[in-house]
Amino acid sequence: MRKLHSFSGGIHPPEHKEQSTREPIAQASLASRLIVPLQQHMGAVGDPLVRKGQRVLKGQPLAAAAGAFSAATHAPTSGMVSALELHPAPHPSGLLALCAVIEPDGEDRWTEHSPLDWRNADPQATLARLRDGGVVGLGGAVFPTAVKARGNGRPVDTLIINGGECEPYITCDDMLMRERAPEISRGIEILQRLTGAREVVVGIEDNKPEAVAAMEAACGASAIPIQVEPVPTLYPAGGEKQLIKVITGREVPSRGLPAEVGVVCFNVATVYAVYRAVELGEPMVSRVVTVTGNVHAPRNFECLLGTPVGELAALAGPCVDTDGFIMGGPLMGFPLPSDAVPVVKATNCVIASSEALFPKPPPPMPCIRCGRCAEACPAGLQPMDLYWFAKAHNLAKAEEFSLFDCIECGCCDYVCPSHIPLVQYYKFAKGEIRTLAQEKETADRARRRHEFRQYRQDREKQERAARLASRAPGAKKAPATPEALAESQEAE
Amino acid sequence: MLTGIIIVAGIAAVLGALLGYAAIRFRVEGNPVVAEIDKILPQTQCGQCGFAGCHPYAEAIAEGQADINRCPPGGERNIRRLADLLGVEFKPLSDDVAEPKPRSLAVIDESLCIGCTLCIQACPVDAILGASKQMHTVIASECTGCELCLPPCPVDCIRMVPIKEDLGNWRWKYPANPLRAA
Repeated sequence: MRKLHSFSGGIHPPEHKEQSTREPIAQASLASRLIVPLQQHMGAVGDPLVRKGQRVLKGQPLAAAAGAFSAATHAPTSGMVSALELHPAPHPSGLLALCAVIEPDGEDRWTEHSPLDWRNADPQATLARLRDGGVVGLGGAVFPTAVKARGNGRPVDTLIINGGECEPYITCDDMLMRERAPEISRGIEILQRLTGAREVVVGIEDNKPEAVAAMEAACGASAIPIQVEPVPTLYPAGGEKQLIKVITGREVPSRGLPAEVGVVCFNVATVYAVYRAVELGEPMVSRVVTVTGNVHAPRNFECLLGTPVGELAALAGPCVDTDGFIMGGPLMGFPLPSDAVPVVKATNCVIASSEALFPKPPPPMPCIRCGRCAEACPAGLQPMDLYWFAKAHNLAKAEEFSLFDCIECGCCDYVCPSHIPLVQYYKFAKGEIRTLAQEKETADRARRRHEFRQYRQDREKQERAARLASRAPGAKKAPATPEALAESQEAE
Repeated sequence: MLTGIIIVAGIAAVLGALLGYAAIRFRVEGNPVVAEIDKILPQTQCGQCGFAGCHPYAEAIAEGQADINRCPPGGERNIRRLADLLGVEFKPLSDDVAEPKPRSLAVIDESLCIGCTLCIQACPVDAILGASKQMHTVIASECTGCELCLPPCPVDCIRMVPIKEDLGNWRWKYPANPLRAA
């Protein structure tokens, strides 16, 4: 047992986890068609590698990784690409994303794939395998895992495996650890070798004793020392910065990365995907998704990416009064625009919602500056001030008050007695600041191009004048200036 | 008495020399306010303010010859920022300039383009690519949407297409207050 630390704030919302952990993970049945967005990760997206009407095998790349900060996307099953079209994305906006629609042939035939002997392979080859295998952070941010594991020149001494899963309703990581702990420990070994960390700690909230026991057994049998550490249940202990604080006592600097304090953190589901990509050679084509909420038989499903949410939820039997689906948890998730959107790499949980389960919040009242949000904030911010500035469009001040350290966990929303949708204001302010920064960049580029154009036009005018002067009858031999001469010669 | 005069005169001479040196050594080229104003302006170089581009307009504002409310692409937000910078009152967009439009990109209908290069000469940021009697096209990432290429085109093959919202540029909206909406 190591000495654990604590982070400021946090809340204890009702967990609602037990209903979806009664049954083991089930294999979701094959959907009638799979809609696979080509971009399911943060970063650049490659051009499509398939055409309409083409037959694909399971695991065949649909889009390759474009550059270093990217990841590939693969066909989740064998079949025919019936369309490459814009389709509503599982995104709060409901806007369209380019998707490959695959009609499964039912054979589920794999493309050729082979395990990688990572112990003897060049680390670069392992990283390339992660990138081309489409492995991204499955905790929600879908950050390319190869970029994180590469280290970027900063030495890392502690590798933290995040099994916190602190948000209510979600149990996919819990069930994965219970059932597939040995595979996760193999994945940890791969990541330990890539990052060169001396210490490896698996942090699991202590409301998952079965997962802790399974991981302890699996990690005890591992070739490298892996500590399994139950951490106190307190939302959001599964947040990356919060878990690092609890386990190591180190605080990730404002707007900084965990690597700056010598830590790198991966979610357990990501680690499992790493194991599959490297040891089995299988690119990421499926994930475990919790289907819960207003359904008759909540449970976890191993689900092919691209499965429409409606078809997945039907397996758990939604109750008749279901009025929509939430992707993610009740605190950080968002209502899906329709049940036709597909399951993607970021989908950890689908909650069927109803008026009874998630009643509409009462209309927001004015802020009474009670300070409860500041007590609950796990990032140590002053949510009431951020709200004030965001509401008044005072973006510079909001940024000065560390708006970008907000992890949008929703603790402030949860405790606010005035029911103010605080996080919505922070999301709005962050978006505005990003837009302004982008506009400034565009303007600077336009200014540079305009100035260069003016310079070029002046130069051309001078050259023309110099040429005319040298050709005019009876003109002096030497043009006005030596530079003009040099330029006119160059032009000729 | 004499010592006092000598000391004071000496101090004055030394400080004068220092100031004189500083005035030459740390001389500021041009009006620094112009650069600050230019930073706020949107750099579309569209000339809708009546000046030949953003920098000339910035100069005119700095010299007090132009009002701060003559830039339609910058909109009210930029007028506010200019008012803050210059310490003057905010005023709404001037009546004698065009209405602000949503940000757009110029798109050339390549089947109609005759390759006259007139639009290339008009583009203030070199965002049109092409050559004489060759098809022209707009470099979308560099186009500022200034519309200066529209009038010179002899075959009217350029149109302005508003930039659509997509997953890349979508932003969270300002939370609506249901009480106020009711």
